[in-house]
Amino acid sequence: MRPFITLSGPAMPMIEDDINTDQIAPLQLAKGLSPDWGQLLFKRQRMNADGSDNEHVLNKPQYQKPAILVANENFGCGSSRESAVWCLTGVGIRCVIARSIADIFRENCLLNGLLPIELSGAAMDRLQALVSEIDGAQSFSVDLPAQTVRAPNGETFSFEISASDKTRLIEGLDEVGLTMKHESEIVAFEDKIRKSMPWMQEARDRRL
Amino acid sequence: MSQQGRTLFDKIWEQHLVGRRSDGRELIYIDRHVLHDLHAPHAFGKLAQAGRQVRRPDLTFSMQDHSVSVQPGRTDDTYAEGAAFVRAMREGSRKNNVRVFDLGDPDQGISHVVAPELGLVLPGATHAVPDSHACTVGGLGALAFGCGTTELEHILATQVVTLFRPKRLRVNLLGSLGADVAGKDVALAVIAKLGVAGGRGFAIEFAGPVARALPVEGRLTLCNLTIEMGSRSGFVAPDEAVFNWIKGRPFAPDGAQWDQALTYWRTLFTDADAIFDKELDVDCSHLAPQITWGTEPSQVIGIDGRVPDPATLESDKRAPVERAISYMGLEPGAPIEGLPVGRVFIGSCTNSRLPDLEIAAHIVKGRKVAPGVTAWAVPGSSQVKRDAEARGLDRIFKEAGFMWGESGCSMCAGTNGDMGQAGERVLSTTNRNFENRQGRGVRTHLVGPALAAAAAVAGRITDVRKL
Repeated sequence: MRPFITLSGPAMPMIEDDINTDQIAPLQLAKGLSPDWGQLLFKRQRMNADGSDNEHVLNKPQYQKPAILVANENFGCGSSRESAVWCLTGVGIRCVIARSIADIFRENCLLNGLLPIELSGAAMDRLQALVSEIDGAQSFSVDLPAQTVRAPNGETFSFEISASDKTRLIEGLDEVGLTMKHESEIVAFEDKIRKSMPWMQEARDRRL
Repeated sequence: MSQQGRTLFDKIWEQHLVGRRSDGRELIYIDRHVLHDLHAPHAFGKLAQAGRQVRRPDLTFSMQDHSVSVQPGRTDDTYAEGAAFVRAMREGSRKNNVRVFDLGDPDQGISHVVAPELGLVLPGATHAVPDSHACTVGGLGALAFGCGTTELEHILATQVVTLFRPKRLRVNLLGSLGADVAGKDVALAVIAKLGVAGGRGFAIEFAGPVARALPVEGRLTLCNLTIEMGSRSGFVAPDEAVFNWIKGRPFAPDGAQWDQALTYWRTLFTDADAIFDKELDVDCSHLAPQITWGTEPSQVIGIDGRVPDPATLESDKRAPVERAISYMGLEPGAPIEGLPVGRVFIGSCTNSRLPDLEIAAHIVKGRKVAPGVTAWAVPGSSQVKRDAEARGLDRIFKEAGFMWGESGCSMCAGTNGDMGQAGERVLSTTNRNFENRQGRGVRTHLVGPALAAAAAVAGRITDVRKL
């Protein structure tokens, strides 16, 4: 996984609640197993009925290479589709800042080097106002080791993140490798269950 | 001094706790892993790239459900865009020695319907699916986790999922249900009260007399909508009704193992003195059949209710309501009943089991689908389809003018090309009424099978209790 340490670039405002993964990645419009994910991002919402671009924020010239997306409550709710994260990273967005972020989507972010930041209260009010006001004209920057978001005028916003998620992103750790350090515990667990609850370790079709 | 009682969630979690990683995440063993064609091909690809094997192919199963056509006589290519997914799923499963429930297999169907039906998922077991509606099987008292593609790959390689332990929320469903009110209505009423993010960070136990009285299929429907409350996992403590339902199913334990399992399953309840992080009471007495009016599952009213009027709301609450009313083509403050309907869909992991089809068929019987309405009934599994046909339900639907389909996800997510038309008002027994979910500009109202069937024959949103 690509490590995340710092990031700098345009912060794109979508100050809405409950932006769901169907909106982020409208899979009905995807062609084939490996579509251009970035091209799919918010595709339904950013085109008119005839397929032409509408006035969606993502169609504005200053957001052709966005780095940060700023939303409101419950970002990424709905379907578990990881392609929602791939669509965001596909256009270069590597940080989402919202008042709250849905559980499965948040996990998917962490596994793809996308930093999910939850900010609330007056700090978030201020950050959202700045992002809307600057409207992509200047860069915002994110410093994960320092746990800060910095606006172009120098105002900084601190955010919380668990130590483990922070390490995971900074080091770009291989998740499977990390878990397989515990392989002997997994084997021991399976042996124990095979004896104490054999039906759990056996998914046998009794018709065969 | 006696030990503090434990919640059922904690009992299942602790029974599956393999270890704790240095980053503080807990390793939770997955007993049954079910994959589907929309997301598994990517994971198989990534696994092969990394040179890794499926650790427990014997506990892993593949289901073709999301990108398959449901038209009678379907093949891989009936929905041309889906064929690549179906073939990649078949090929990836074969290479990894994973049993695939393929098109034409008598057990093919929607994974969340088939896994319980085959007895693949069991009380107290953990279950993972790369799909947010994995939570459905909580109706059997299983603990399920919907996951993404990378998590799926992780489970394939390790058979564990790594999580921080969620908090516990108990939803107490009080009272009793009236006529024409079922699991879907209860679930929608809970979402209306809890909100679409109220369950975020929690595992939800549905308890109380209404949960107990729901038939097993109704509990599966209730738990199916847990993710629409913002929570990954929801369940009902298993009881004798569940044990009887599971007994004799193809993958269920038998003989001495059955007795042993039953003894264990009877310990799967929340202790009387256990403490939850949060509790919510929902009184279900006097609950009318529920219908969503807006573009989020929490925008719910009774069938006898009215669309909200933004003018009566606080100013900061108005914008999303106005937007939903505009998208849905509604009149503020007007009754929901009477609106003309263009399409009706009965199916999906939410409401496609035999009792759902029986409820709908009972209403449709001897009537005709109203002129101008397209109506589909899509069984949740090939087994449900056979059971329904053995009872003559297919004839009732077809004689009324319904399309009677093969099993699959179909219009729920539209990832097999089944979608409505822009501006069309759809009554759907599915789980998400998001903008554009069922096609660009489609106006989806979520309902149970009774309201869906009533709308199909009346051509309008209709209070089934008056039919």
